[in-house]
Amino acid sequence: MSSQDITARAAPRSHRKLPAEVNILLVLIGIAVVFEILGWIFQGQSFLFSWNRLKIMILQVSVIGIIAVGVTQVIISGGIDLSSGSVVGAVAMVAMSFAQVSTYARAVYPALTDLPMIVPLLIGLGCGAVVGLINGWLIAYTKIPPFIATLGTMVTVRGFAKWYTKGQPISFPTEGFAWIGSGMMPVVIFILVAAIFHVAMKYTRYGKFTYAIGANAQAARVSGIDVERHLVKVYVIAAMLAALAGMVVAARGQTAQAGMGLAYELDAIAMAVIGGVSLNGGRGSILGTAIGMIIFGVIISGFTFLRLDAYYQEMIKGAIVVAAVVADVHRQRKRRKTS
Amino acid sequence: MVSPRTAAAIDRVHAATEREGVLSISGIRKEFPGVLALDDVQLRIRPGTVHALMGENGAGKSTLMKIIAGVYQPDAGEIRLRGQVVALKSPLDALEQGISMIHQELALMNWMTVAENIWIRREPKNRFGLIDHNKMAQMTADLFDRLNIRLDPRAQVSELTVAQKQMVEIAKAVSHNSDVLIMDEPTSALTEREVDHLFAIIRDLRSRGIGIVYITHKMNELFEIADEFTVFRDGKYVGTHNASDVTRDDIIRMMVGREITNMFPKVDCPIGETILEVRNLTLPGVFHDVSFSLRRGEILGLAGLVGSKRSNVAEALFGVTPVESGQILIDGQEVAIRTPAQAMAHGMAFLTEDRKETGCFLTLDCLENIQSALITRSHVKNGFVQQAEVTRLAEDMAKTLRVKTPNLQETVENLSGGNQQKLLIARWLLTKPRILILDEPTRGIDVGAKSEIHRLITELAAQGVAVLMISSELPEVLGMSDRIMVMHEGHVSGFLDRAEADQVKIMSLAAK
Repeated sequence: MSSQDITARAAPRSHRKLPAEVNILLVLIGIAVVFEILGWIFQGQSFLFSWNRLKIMILQVSVIGIIAVGVTQVIISGGIDLSSGSVVGAVAMVAMSFAQVSTYARAVYPALTDLPMIVPLLIGLGCGAVVGLINGWLIAYTKIPPFIATLGTMVTVRGFAKWYTKGQPISFPTEGFAWIGSGMMPVVIFILVAAIFHVAMKYTRYGKFTYAIGANAQAARVSGIDVERHLVKVYVIAAMLAALAGMVVAARGQTAQAGMGLAYELDAIAMAVIGGVSLNGGRGSILGTAIGMIIFGVIISGFTFLRLDAYYQEMIKGAIVVAAVVADVHRQRKRRKTS
Repeated sequence: MVSPRTAAAIDRVHAATEREGVLSISGIRKEFPGVLALDDVQLRIRPGTVHALMGENGAGKSTLMKIIAGVYQPDAGEIRLRGQVVALKSPLDALEQGISMIHQELALMNWMTVAENIWIRREPKNRFGLIDHNKMAQMTADLFDRLNIRLDPRAQVSELTVAQKQMVEIAKAVSHNSDVLIMDEPTSALTEREVDHLFAIIRDLRSRGIGIVYITHKMNELFEIADEFTVFRDGKYVGTHNASDVTRDDIIRMMVGREITNMFPKVDCPIGETILEVRNLTLPGVFHDVSFSLRRGEILGLAGLVGSKRSNVAEALFGVTPVESGQILIDGQEVAIRTPAQAMAHGMAFLTEDRKETGCFLTLDCLENIQSALITRSHVKNGFVQQAEVTRLAEDMAKTLRVKTPNLQETVENLSGGNQQKLLIARWLLTKPRILILDEPTRGIDVGAKSEIHRLITELAAQGVAVLMISSELPEVLGMSDRIMVMHEGHVSGFLDRAEADQVKIMSLAAK
């Protein structure tokens, strides 16, 4: 490459060389500083320098963060997954029913002895995989829009969760199963999952294909990628991560209810969008979503810290998601104009 | 009561219309990034005539029509309607000033009725302010009676044939009392009987004094229906004549009569054994009985006008839309190609026609764009892409093709069209193809990049790659090809050898 080529094109866009995540990180720092200042003004104390508050904040968002790792992959592939909240509820129920202590009088399966933790875990992941297969198959092969397909499974799977014990909650898990939700375990699991899929999205063929399909499915097909089969994989992984999140929630609360995980899918999508994942597909990263998750957590815990009414919190949360999408659309339009 | 002054003004308008035509445009210029689509173009449509527009693909006909219909704004030039200078700001604006366009891809709302489509935005209302469907149906029926169209106003548009939809579009245009009606290849999807009916309607409209602009590729239609015609070439006005004054050959000569510059570095290279043979490839309704063979080191040019289905043949060969019948033989062995992956396994590569739609991953960087095809087949271990090795290959290839980018981490949407095209070529060359299908390899890129790509194609052929090159540019086809295959409406209409081929011969085969 000649030096002339470099000088000709590089000069005006040198600022773009920074990874996209840097901008999101700046937003995070900005928001944290705002809350810090508001904290001193209204509460007379620091917002950030409270180990306990930070711990609670990160624990609060980690479970949904696990879902967001899967949802990020779906959105990068050009789709959307609305079923994850229902998967949380259904898998919490099913896994819990296999994780109950055998001496408990109201066990769902009284004949079972105490099973090792791995059994309910695998059953739960299996259930997630089934929902993911249905989602993926519907989207890839019947060509119905992902929004509709996963809206359908969202309602159906929630119905299954209620039917499973006719609405009764399931309690008393074995110690082994309860362990996965104890202490800082949700955060550890989130970090593991995020690290694994960060690597997968950046360095493996799976990740490259996911980006390619989201960027231009037709071009991906012509490149020799089996687009349909790959999409099924993406939706299976997303649903299995939602299933994992469901088990973590159940283990943490030591109980499972059919209504668990309600609207988690929206929070997960919000984290991804705030983290710079484009709803048009082909753009974004797991790292971005992780930062988006923390922004989400800072906003929620910041509002609580400022004693803002919970109703206002929800309204503002909605507005933030819309603002993030508007920002994304605006970026796309600007890009299209310059190119 | 008309005052003498108003009467005089009306007379002036009439006189102007007589002299200048109902629509007259002059000095129109339109530039798109990198392309001068129209350069100082003129056109005059007289009332009560059918005026045909002729020209090769890319001659500028469609751009001009879009300007007249208000879709595009010209960069320079003047549009006069009934003698008055007008600005057509939008399709709606053009429509309200009396210009209707019937698009090639019909623009009706499928899930509404015929009547609703015709009167949209102008629906008759009853006294409650709601749409009066009975009155609307009656208005439609009256309109159809005048035009001799037999259609149920309450039929749903999705259930109509293409010909019937066209009738609805025409009726809609007439209902607007348009003075100018633009038809863009209206017969491309019609049967012979339907064409006769359409022509009857056109003659009727003509007798009512409407000026009709008729874009077509078909010579016989021109002589049957057109009174005058104008030829464009490479975005420039060539001439306007009466249809009765010329012959078919005159028109072809006007369409292609340009000098062939010396920009094609085709060198003769040894042509080897047959590597690809296709027999009777058929995709019902699209193309039929396409047979040809391709040899090592040979460049087979594939020419044809819009609607000749050249690109569909390429897509079928590569398994994007597999054929329904016919044989594909590679090295004499019959092979089944149902997916692009299978085609690639047989050593094929396919540079698609539309860079943005089916080629580039615009949001991804250069490296990802180059490696996407390679990593579907190799350089992956335990799921992990062997990035160091792939990056090295990609960088070498980008250097060989002289892709101009600061580095391969640059997002592709920031690159020029020519560089995007080079990246796509790099993508396919990394897979080391034996058969290379190129669909419009130099469309929309600047002259410098163009000749680089031409040189590259020639080099590949010299290395023994068999090339099938689709192109709408006759000089490119003539300059690059060892042999030329011409298609017309889904059929192969003939082959020409390099020695005997010229523009007139190709056009005669392409525009039967």
